[in-house]
Formats: sequence, C-alpha cells, structure tokens
Amino acid sequence: MQIKPILSALRRHKAGTFLIAMQIALTLAIVCNALFIIHQRVSHLSEPTGLDEADIFVIQNEWVGTSTPQQADAKIREDLVVLRQLAGVQDATPSNSYPLRGGGWDDGIKLKPDQQQDTTGSTVYFADDHFIDTLGLKLIAGRNFRADEIAAMDVRDTLAPPQMIVTKALADKLFPNGDAVGKTIYMVGGPGTIVGVVDVLQAQSVDRWAAEFAHRSTIIPKRLASTIGTFYIVRARPGQLDAAMKAASKALFAHNPRRIINEQDGLLSFTEVRSRAYERDRGMAILMGVICVVLLAITAAGIVGLTSFWVGQRRKQIGVRRALGATQRDILNYFMTENLLISSAGALFGVLLAVAINLWLVTRFEMNRLSLVYVLAGVVILLLLGQGAVLAPAMRASRVPPVEATRSV
Amino acid sequence: MFAYYIQLGLRSLRRNPLLTALMVMAIGFGVAASMTTYSVFRATSNNPIPDKSSQLFVPLIDNWGPEDAAQNKGEPPEAMSYTDAMGLMRDHRGKRQTALYPVAPSVIPADASLLPIRESSYAVYADAFAMFNVPFLYGGAWQSADDEAHAATVVIGRKLNDKLFNGANSVGREINLDGRNYRITGVMDTWDPQPLFFDPVNTSGFGDPIQLFIPFTRAIDLKMATNGNNNCNKHAGEGWDAWIRSECVWIQYWTELPDETAAAGYRDYLRGYAAEQQRSGRFHWAPNVRLYNVPQWLDHEKVVPQEAKVSLLVSLGFLLICLVNTVGLLLAKFMKRAPEIGVRRALGASRKEIYAQFLIEAGTVGLAGGLLGLLLTGVGVFGVTLVFDPDIARLARLNVSLIALTLLVAVLATVLAAFYPTWRAAQVQPAWQLKSN
Repeated sequence: MQIKPILSALRRHKAGTFLIAMQIALTLAIVCNALFIIHQRVSHLSEPTGLDEADIFVIQNEWVGTSTPQQADAKIREDLVVLRQLAGVQDATPSNSYPLRGGGWDDGIKLKPDQQQDTTGSTVYFADDHFIDTLGLKLIAGRNFRADEIAAMDVRDTLAPPQMIVTKALADKLFPNGDAVGKTIYMVGGPGTIVGVVDVLQAQSVDRWAAEFAHRSTIIPKRLASTIGTFYIVRARPGQLDAAMKAASKALFAHNPRRIINEQDGLLSFTEVRSRAYERDRGMAILMGVICVVLLAITAAGIVGLTSFWVGQRRKQIGVRRALGATQRDILNYFMTENLLISSAGALFGVLLAVAINLWLVTRFEMNRLSLVYVLAGVVILLLLGQGAVLAPAMRASRVPPVEATRSV
Repeated sequence: MFAYYIQLGLRSLRRNPLLTALMVMAIGFGVAASMTTYSVFRATSNNPIPDKSSQLFVPLIDNWGPEDAAQNKGEPPEAMSYTDAMGLMRDHRGKRQTALYPVAPSVIPADASLLPIRESSYAVYADAFAMFNVPFLYGGAWQSADDEAHAATVVIGRKLNDKLFNGANSVGREINLDGRNYRITGVMDTWDPQPLFFDPVNTSGFGDPIQLFIPFTRAIDLKMATNGNNNCNKHAGEGWDAWIRSECVWIQYWTELPDETAAAGYRDYLRGYAAEQQRSGRFHWAPNVRLYNVPQWLDHEKVVPQEAKVSLLVSLGFLLICLVNTVGLLLAKFMKRAPEIGVRRALGASRKEIYAQFLIEAGTVGLAGGLLGLLLTGVGVFGVTLVFDPDIARLARLNVSLIALTLLVAVLATVLAAFYPTWRAAQVQPAWQLKSN
C-alpha cells in the first residue's frame, strides 16, 4: 500500500483529519484513566477480610437504660448464652467492631515502652475465646485465648491487654524473622504478650487513612462493656443464615426487650456489610465503565459519520481509480490505511495526554501512577475501534462502480 | 427570518436522519453525563448555611504538640479536648458559642408496647439554635440559664414529634431518655442542612437530620459517652474523670463572630489562650491555632467526596469529546450542502445570513440534544443511588435550575461547536458550486 498518496489526500482534509485524530486522542486519554480507576477500585474491593463471610451476620445491639459497664457486661454474657443456644447458630462472639464496618478502635503499636513514634497503627478487635471460630479465622501459630483470660473492660479503662493475637501481616511488620509468638509489644496503655498469630483479618476501615495498616489487626481478650451497646458477630450453621438471623433477633428481644436493634442496619448479613463498605468503589467502577462504553460508541459513530462523508465526497475520484484498474480491495485498503494513519497519530498524542492527566490526578486525588498496560490496552482498543468503524464506509467505497468516473455529479 | 431559519434547520435535520441522530445522541449523552455528575458535585459542595457561612467559625487549638501536628501537615487536631472547650466557653469571647458532641440516648415511648428508639442526637449549648438558624415549629431553644442549671430540657425534631405526639404541640411535655424525664422546650421544623457542616468530623458530612438536642452540661453530668470519634495522643488514664481531664479530643466547637474585626480579634484571643497554656506549663510549644469559617472548614474536612470530583472531571472530558465529535459531524453535514449554499449566495444572501442560518440550525440540533440530555439526566440522577452513598445520592435532584442549565449547556456547547463548520460554510465560493452543476 502506498502511503504517500494517502498523506497528500489528507493534506486536503486538514480539518476532518485533525478532528478524528483529536477525538481518538481525547478518548484514549479518558478511557485509559477510566480503565485504571476501575482496576484500582475493583482490586480494592476484592481484598479478603479473612472471614468465612457466607455464614456470618452481625447484630448491632444498643442498650436502653443501661447505666454502668457492669450491667452492660452482665447483659452481654446473658445474650451470648441465648445466641449460642439457638438451633441455627453455630457460634457467636461479642466485639466492638468487625472488618469493613468503617469505624472502631485503632491504636499505635510499639516495640519498646519508651519509643517515640509508633511502629505501626493497628485495628484493635475486642474478642472472647469464640472470636476466631466464629469468624472462621485461621490460626497459623501459637494458640487461641483461654476462657479464663477473657475479662470485661469499660470504654474509659486503660487498654493494656496481657495477651494478644495478631495477624500475620502485623507479626511480619513487627518481627520479620517470624518469631512473633511469645514476644511483648506495647499499646498506648501498656505491654502485652503475643500468644497467637492468625492468617488474615482485615482492618475495620477500608478508607485511605487506614490503608497503612489495612491487614495489621490485633485481637485482644476483652469484652467491651460499653453502656451504648455492642456488636454480636454470629456464625449460622451452613445454609441457615436467613433463618438464624430472624431467630437471633427474636430470641434477644424475648430475653430482654430493653434494647434497640435498628431496623435499617441493626441486623446485617456479612454480604450486606461488604456491599455497603464498597458502595463508592463499586459505584465508581460502574460509572467509569458506563462512560467508557458510551464514549467508545460515540467515537466510533463519529468516525463512521466523517468517513461516510469523505467517501461521498470522493465518489468521483474513487470511480476514476477503479476505472484506471484499482481493485475493490485496493479501495478498501486505502480507507483502512488512511484511518490507521490518523488513529495512530491520535493515539500517540493520546498516550501523552493520558499520562499527563494521570500525573495531575495523582497530585490532586491521591491516585496511583497509571500502569503502562492500561495505556497499551487503550491504544489497541482504539486502533481496533477505528478499523472497525471505518469498515462499513470503506466497503461502501469499494463498491463504487468505475462508471462513476464518467458522471458529472 | 429567525423563524424561517429554524424551519430550514428542522428540514435539514430530517434530511440526514443518521447524521442528525448521531449528533443529537452525542450531545445528549455528553450533557447528561456532565449534568448528572454535576448534580452530585453541586449537592456535596453546597453551602449549607449561606446567610451565616462567613460568620460561623471553628477554632482549633493544638494541644498535642508539633510531633503529632507534623503527621498532619502542621494542622492542630480537628476536635477539641474538654479542657479547651470549657476554657473557651468560660471566656465567652464570641457573640455566641457552643461546644457540641454526638450522644446516643434512647427515647423510651410512654406507650410501653412501643419499642425504644434511637435518633441521631447531639449535646449542645443554648446558643447553638440561634447560631445555626434552626427553625422552630413550636416553642424554641432552652435558655442559657438551663445550660448553667444543667437542666433536663430537650429540643426535638419534627419527625420525632410526629412519632411520639402525632405532630401535636408538645412544648412543655416530657419525654423519657434512658429512664430520665426531659422537658421539651421546642420542636424543630424540618432542619436538614447538607452537608452537616456543624460536625463533618463525626458524620463525614452527610446523614439524616438531627432529631434530638440536649444540654451539653447535662450530658457531661450524666457521663454520656461520645457517639463519635475520640482521639488520644497518649494514654488518657483510668475512668471518666481522667478522660475529660485528658488531652483526648472529641468535642466540636463553634463560635459566631459577626464581622471581620471580630474574627481578627478572636484569632488574637486564641493565640493568647494558647500562649497562656504554654506559660502555665500545659503546652510545651508555641501557639498553633486556627479559625475556619464554614466553607473553609468543609474544605479542610474534604467533605466533597473524591468520587464526586473525579467523576465530574471525567464527565466534562466526555462532553468535550462529544463536542469534538459534533464539530466533525456538523462539518460533514454543512459541507454536503455546499451546492445549496452556493445557490443562496449567488441569489444575494450575505455571509452574515449564512452564519445566522447555520448557527440557528446548530442551535436546533443543540436543543434536540438538550432535550435528550434532559431525559438521560433524569435517568442519571435516578441512577446516582447506584454510584454514591445513599446519604449523598438522596441530595442529587433534578430541579428547575438543573433543567435550565442542561438545556443551556447543550445549546451553547453546540453553537460553540458550530462556529468552525459555519465559518467553512460561509467560505463556500458561489461560482465554483454553480459551475460544476
């Protein structure tokens, strides 16, 4: 295929050429960044919690007229007996929070008592000896808490648990040699000994501010006796989640009606917890996906429209070429190559634009650097799109009969 | 002539239905995407209290020291300790002031068969109601004397009043919170400022309207824990008393300063207060204080979600591409009619008239695109619930101003896009066109 005649023909259609190239460039810039945002959001929301999510539900239990931590703790213990006795319930545990909840208790961890800066932040999960089994966590070193180690704690008491279980991510951060069990670490309130290590347990928040310690969680052998309320994390027997959720709420009210379980979010299956926690990420991914698809469709339509116009304008020239011996294939190739040239030029500019936009987004919106894979994917998508879009008008052009050369209009 | 050109425009739109449809769709989608995301951006960046946003201020005092501030770009903690909040309340330097924090009392209905309910509640001082322009349906705020008396008074919201008293005037009656009786001094009319400017720290800016206010002094007496964030830089010590004496921050503080002079004076006062704390040995660092008005505070707290900004930017880019697309298609459409233009010019039409005709034609395309865009914006605003938190999505509305803006943007953008193709059309040489025929 001769490129030179195409270029000289394009020189006579500067505006149209520029507009198509421009459109390709802008589309590439936006599609690359949108695809990258989708990738970031989706990888964020696919992070594991470490829980056996399918059978777990959470009750947000708020107390009515409970004035002392002692009262609250007594009620929690009664409730746990009620919950664990239910037929559809495998196990239950009280806690101050759970992964993906978005709020809870975070603390700094130090290796020495006189250390100025924390070694790392960590989400603190209050737990009893049923916590690990209820959540379905995998204990990979050391042991679980013993029942006699669990104690009640008031919100305003000093947080200094004598024993702790940490996640592997936290253990690796603190003790890279893998010998965390038996070591002493320091929270704000004082020292404690690591008695066990669990594989994965995500932090309570998946927001950016908690990203540093996303999987560095600490489990402590305390029941948080808050007068406001408590969470019960409950594991249903396999396949009995719905029934167990209804039964649990009913049994709790039957035992003691002086409580509030909010209608909207007091009783949530973990599936709902997950979908709420990642609402923004999922929404953003959907929105960017929709914009990408519509954008590509509009760009394709634009190319079809402009090329059709060109073909219409050049019917006579095409006829002349055909009369002079060009085959249908030659004409088809001509328009395909022409589009490839324009698209390539547009894509080149688009790559620069995509990187520039990304760099700007990085400074303004705490986004990551665009990976080159997405730029390449964008280039390939747009070149294919251009070729696909030009195919129909080019086919029409190739069917222009040679006799067209002799017609005056 | 105008009507005639519109007629010509409409006829021309019918002549190339495919090209026309492409253009109308491009503009429709572009405008709809921009307007939908704009509706969210507008709602989240809304000024919740326009009359007073420059008179209400959040003072911040660094009670943690430079080491902690360094982790936060030198900013003081975004809430106040009990010690500082009480220090500022005692000094009473603003026109009005209130300390506030979220509490979680249970409302126990008189009818024993009804279950207790919990509404979003705050502990505030009497000044808060006048400061925040809270509208009242019945009665009003409690008095400052009630603050001093640590009185069991309460202001409830309209929704709660409907629930408990079937909407009757309940002023003077009592409600039971956690087993204690509180006298109602006022029932608020619907009060739903969004963003919730008075406490973005604990609400992240959006949420249901507050239904219950009790005196701050009373809440402290009853040792009501905060239902929001509590941040400590070091161990607070054991028990409630140690906690409220600690440097833990958990209180939001607001003051009303009527003008710039008062604000400048308050800034000096804050610096003086911090210097005094340094002299007394409580702070071991130079005063580090801030005074933010409402817009500055909402900006500082990054209330507008990143998602709203990024999606608005992406949508504007989308609109730009749609316009480039429209320029191309209009060019094709107009140049196809070169012979027609040639005839018109030969018959005496001036360039100016060609301009008028084609810009008006583009305007009709824009209007059609705008109408489609309006329809799609309606769908988009409805679909916003899929993308944003329900608390934010409920704020995005299709109202008259958004409708007008959608149409305006569509028509303006299309006419703008039409300038180049129109210029090309006006350049058509009549002689050439006539010759080839």
